[in-house]
Amino acid sequence: MHSVSVKNLTLNFGAVSVLKELNLDVAEGEFVVLLGPSGCGKSTLLNCLAGLLDISEGEIWIKGKNVTWAEPSERGIGMVFQSYALYPQMTVRGNLTFGLKIAKMPKAEIDQRVARAAEILQIGPLLDRKPGALSGGQRQRVAIGRALVRDVDVFLFDEPLSNLDAKLRSELRVEIKRLHTRLNNTMVYVTHDQIEALTLADRIAVMKGGVIQQLADPQTIYNKPSNLFVAGFIGSPSMNFLAGQTVDAGKTFVFGDTRIDLKGYDGGAVLERDQAILGVRPEHITVSSTAQSGPSIAAEVEIDENLGADSLLWLKAGTKSICVRVPVEGRLPAGTKVHLGLDIAKASLFDAKTEQRI
Amino acid sequence: MANASAINPSGAKPQPLLAPGRVALYAALILTSIYYLIPLYVMIITSLKDLDMIREGNIFVPTLRPTMDAWVKAWSQACTGLNCTGLAPGFWNSVFITIPSVIVSIAVASISGYSLANWPFKLAEWCFTILLVGSFIPYQVFLYPLVIITREMGIYSTLYAVVFVHTVFGLPILTLLFRNYFASLPEELFKAARVDGAGYWRIFFRVMMPMSLPIFTVAVILQVTGIWNDFLFGVIYAGPTNYPMTVQLNNIVNSLQGVKEYNVEMAATILTGLVPLTIYFLSGKYFVRGIAAGAVKG
Repeated sequence: MHSVSVKNLTLNFGAVSVLKELNLDVAEGEFVVLLGPSGCGKSTLLNCLAGLLDISEGEIWIKGKNVTWAEPSERGIGMVFQSYALYPQMTVRGNLTFGLKIAKMPKAEIDQRVARAAEILQIGPLLDRKPGALSGGQRQRVAIGRALVRDVDVFLFDEPLSNLDAKLRSELRVEIKRLHTRLNNTMVYVTHDQIEALTLADRIAVMKGGVIQQLADPQTIYNKPSNLFVAGFIGSPSMNFLAGQTVDAGKTFVFGDTRIDLKGYDGGAVLERDQAILGVRPEHITVSSTAQSGPSIAAEVEIDENLGADSLLWLKAGTKSICVRVPVEGRLPAGTKVHLGLDIAKASLFDAKTEQRI
Repeated sequence: MANASAINPSGAKPQPLLAPGRVALYAALILTSIYYLIPLYVMIITSLKDLDMIREGNIFVPTLRPTMDAWVKAWSQACTGLNCTGLAPGFWNSVFITIPSVIVSIAVASISGYSLANWPFKLAEWCFTILLVGSFIPYQVFLYPLVIITREMGIYSTLYAVVFVHTVFGLPILTLLFRNYFASLPEELFKAARVDGAGYWRIFFRVMMPMSLPIFTVAVILQVTGIWNDFLFGVIYAGPTNYPMTVQLNNIVNSLQGVKEYNVEMAATILTGLVPLTIYFLSGKYFVRGIAAGAVKG
């Protein structure tokens, strides 16, 4: 049984269709991240799951129940918002118990649940404070606590860490991961931050234009992006795209004057295509001062960005700009002429017309 | 001495207390205050004189023998035509008009504004447009139709008619005010409350209202002063026995018979203005805050 199941969900705002025939199944205890640029419909989808938006067509099932038209509170979900959305006039305890009191839960049980949430999130000492007297990180803990006390099967996170500074963000990220390990709830998490997505998710759904572009585990998303959009969106800096053709019955990729042997490519039948794009991540390119045995691309170092742990070399191959990640010892001054070797086994080849991975 | 530059002062030079700019500013402020306060000053000292002292001439000179007689007369004895009951009945009429009008109009407008902002329904945009138009139509257009409407309702020439008219006329602008304020509150709070299982009324009373003190203050001030100061509707719909304080004040001041009693007129005027004045003094801080808050988002 799927924990959350979305079937052919369509949502129109007037003539604009925000979500199109969307399908998504989330397994029990799974952590699924909805990832995409602003306006891709990821938060909208989450609001539909929560019942905060009425959908135009399709069905939503949670825990084997059709909740398409159920009230948010009847769906067995807890939600954490980007702006925390704590009730400012209530204390932390008031915020945590607001929903439980509405549900007319016995006081003993309420106390027990608040104590448990306070213990898990370490907000015990804050219970009698107002949200105004808390820091950003504390507020977000309380917001998570409010979902926690509901003791629900499914947690929905709507960009919960976006309002926090970088340090707190990585701390809370680990804490959310820990929370998931401990509670083993189903979690659906919306973010535009790919680091959050890659670190937290069991599976990532990359979205664009109201459509899920690819749904897979982080490693697959990173190594075998299903199309050009996913390939370009995931990874920082972005994947290098080389435009060319495939010839020799798909055995060779031609980029400018360079012929690149596609032996060892991990994908489908390449065939001969007039317009193909070879995508290689910055860390899958090697730099050497002499021409390699076999095909290599001649390039010149333009900029050297030192990141501390490693370094990014921005090179020019003709007019094409290429980025390579090198160890700090491999840094090169601007103007150095080098040869680039590509790791074809880890590269992705796309059809330029369909933009799909081959 | 690597840090020498850190020791030197930076930024704008602090101004001395009596810098020319500051002196000019305070002079302008003080002059403006005097300009606006002089009429009030004249009214107060005139109301404390008796008629002989007034006839002595100089309106700016305070009396050495102040008397409250004019105030007592204005409140309980001043004559309008044959009725020599003072302003007291008018005061109570105004109270009976103001309190229900304020409460009902604010209650209805706040709930309507909340619905428009947070629970969008099919015709919400239309309602909004109608309200917008409604708040700009001049009152005069409706005077005669409302006479007929209140007559048909059987409340013409009673206090109920005035309450009814004030409530109706307050609704468009107040609803807009509340709609804009509620729309400016974070939408996620509303969503969070829905996930917590709160319904329409609980969200309004437990989540929205506690965050809305400034806008309720603005609404109370607008309505109390507007309704208390109203003259037109009072004259038309209340009927002669139910005139509000403003209408009675006018009748006292404009009465053409007998000696012109300036001291009584001044006292009566101050008495009439006392209620809005008190409201302003008590809630000035919230008023400014609320006007600003309501204006942020449309």
